[in-house]
Amino acid sequence: MSDLHTLSVKALASLLQTKQVSAVEVATRFLARLGGNPHNAFLDVDSEVTLAQARASDVKLADGMAGPLEGVPVAHKDVFVTREFATTAGSKILQGYRSPFDATVVQRLAQAGMVTLGKLNCDEFAMGSANENSAYGAVTNPWDTARVPGGSSGGSAAAVAARLVPAATGTDTGGSIRQPASFCGITGIKPTYGRASRYGMIAYASSLDQAGPMARSAEDCALLLSAMCGHDLDRDSTSLDMPSEDFTASLNNSIDGLRIGIPKEFFGEGLHADVRAAVDGALREYEKLGAQLVPISLPRTELSIPVYYIIAPAEASSNLSRFDGVKFGHRAKDYVDLVDMYKKTRAEGFGNEVKRRIMTGAYVLSHGYYDAYYLQAQKIRSMIADDFQNAFKECDVIAGPVAPSVAWKLGENANDPVADYLADIFTLPASLAGLPGMSLPAGFGAHNMPVGLQLIGNYFKEAQLLNLAHRLQQATDFHLRQPEGLQ
Amino acid sequence: MSLTSQDIDRIANLARLQLQPEEGERMLVQINGFFAIVEAMQAVDTTGIEPMAHPVAAIQDIMLRLRPDVASEPNQREANQRSAPAVERGLFLVPKVIE
Repeated sequence: MSDLHTLSVKALASLLQTKQVSAVEVATRFLARLGGNPHNAFLDVDSEVTLAQARASDVKLADGMAGPLEGVPVAHKDVFVTREFATTAGSKILQGYRSPFDATVVQRLAQAGMVTLGKLNCDEFAMGSANENSAYGAVTNPWDTARVPGGSSGGSAAAVAARLVPAATGTDTGGSIRQPASFCGITGIKPTYGRASRYGMIAYASSLDQAGPMARSAEDCALLLSAMCGHDLDRDSTSLDMPSEDFTASLNNSIDGLRIGIPKEFFGEGLHADVRAAVDGALREYEKLGAQLVPISLPRTELSIPVYYIIAPAEASSNLSRFDGVKFGHRAKDYVDLVDMYKKTRAEGFGNEVKRRIMTGAYVLSHGYYDAYYLQAQKIRSMIADDFQNAFKECDVIAGPVAPSVAWKLGENANDPVADYLADIFTLPASLAGLPGMSLPAGFGAHNMPVGLQLIGNYFKEAQLLNLAHRLQQATDFHLRQPEGLQ
Repeated sequence: MSLTSQDIDRIANLARLQLQPEEGERMLVQINGFFAIVEAMQAVDTTGIEPMAHPVAAIQDIMLRLRPDVASEPNQREANQRSAPAVERGLFLVPKVIE
């Protein structure tokens, strides 16, 4: 079967379970497409490891011991540590690093039977909105290779959009699953903070980081998310004590009478007209499906930018202190003493954006500034979370754009980091509140680039978001479109 | 408020980052550009507001857990040191700290 790479996770799983195709055949087909590393999406591929995993899957399928996703390929964002592939988090400081263990999310997807194709490019330590901050080169957008794929899970989004892998993992700290999903015309979901284990996810901002799946449809995301979530109480101190859930169970529920909140702050003058038109079109589809649009307000939307860019760098400056050239990773060659070794190692190993965030974080945590910046930001964060709870008194879910524009050109914001920060405005509020959020294809905007619709649910309402997304995908075909000239 | 180049030097030292002079100057401009958007935060009245510790605390009580103080992992010294830059006889090597 030559078109295996175009099939969904669900279709591949079904072919594998009914033994119409073997896991080795599937893996071989996908590996064959990775030659030349299209879009610079992958950072590590090892066909021997992948084929060994596929052979093990075929044994389980033959023995009736198969997991629900047995033999289906997946690739992991390079912030998840893996024993069998190198893990760099897109940073030079971790070049060639081999983890002695697998991240819990990696382990859980392997238990469900998934075969790992490799590791995916991303912004260095997940810091970025365009995947231009990777030490291993930018990733290109399959819809227009002169444009960015979004970030920080840009390799994941590009790989799924280019049919290099049917599904991938991503992480979302301030929008890093939703925004690249939107820019690349795919579907991605970030669950409630604490539902997916952070164990083995290289920490950027610990109170915000969450893992989630990226695939072409809500149905495929539901399959992966069901396997990824679940408590990990001994290994992740912020993991929630909640059982696993089958997120596919309510995909087909009726959405008749559901109230969709439309925050007026998401539709202001900063929103580009082409994005607005596509989002409005998706909202009209929801009305046709029986949902009701309700105007709401999230009054502190703009404040989420400074609040996030204080809290996340503060946590990053602390988390990244572990990269000191002693226990793992790069060490500078020439130094006079221990402190000099630290300083040179970190100067050589970290890229510009990472250095900027470490500096900002160290500053806002330093003596005399902690109350004015970090503590103030954490208090406004509480207010932002309260704003959502007030909004959810009037609606069941919230919908709006993912980003103000479609994917921009590579290099466009290269000398202006604040321009990238401002573009995160619609994804940051849900991240700060720890709410589940997702992006699904809503149509196309300027230059025929994909536009995503963002759905935000209350805590633990992932199933409802996926239900809503699935219903739209039953009524529209945007998620089935593929970039022109795809091989 | 604006940071000065002395602030940049001080923070770079705290963060254990060696910055080239032109790198420090560029960073000064960029960080000050960012702090221009932070001003809006200072005007917010947060009297009586609790800082957020765990996001889900907005709707339910969240306690940070402690686990029993027992060894849960087997000894994996070799695997753990495989990616270290300098190791000898199972020890991490660092420059001399005590004269």
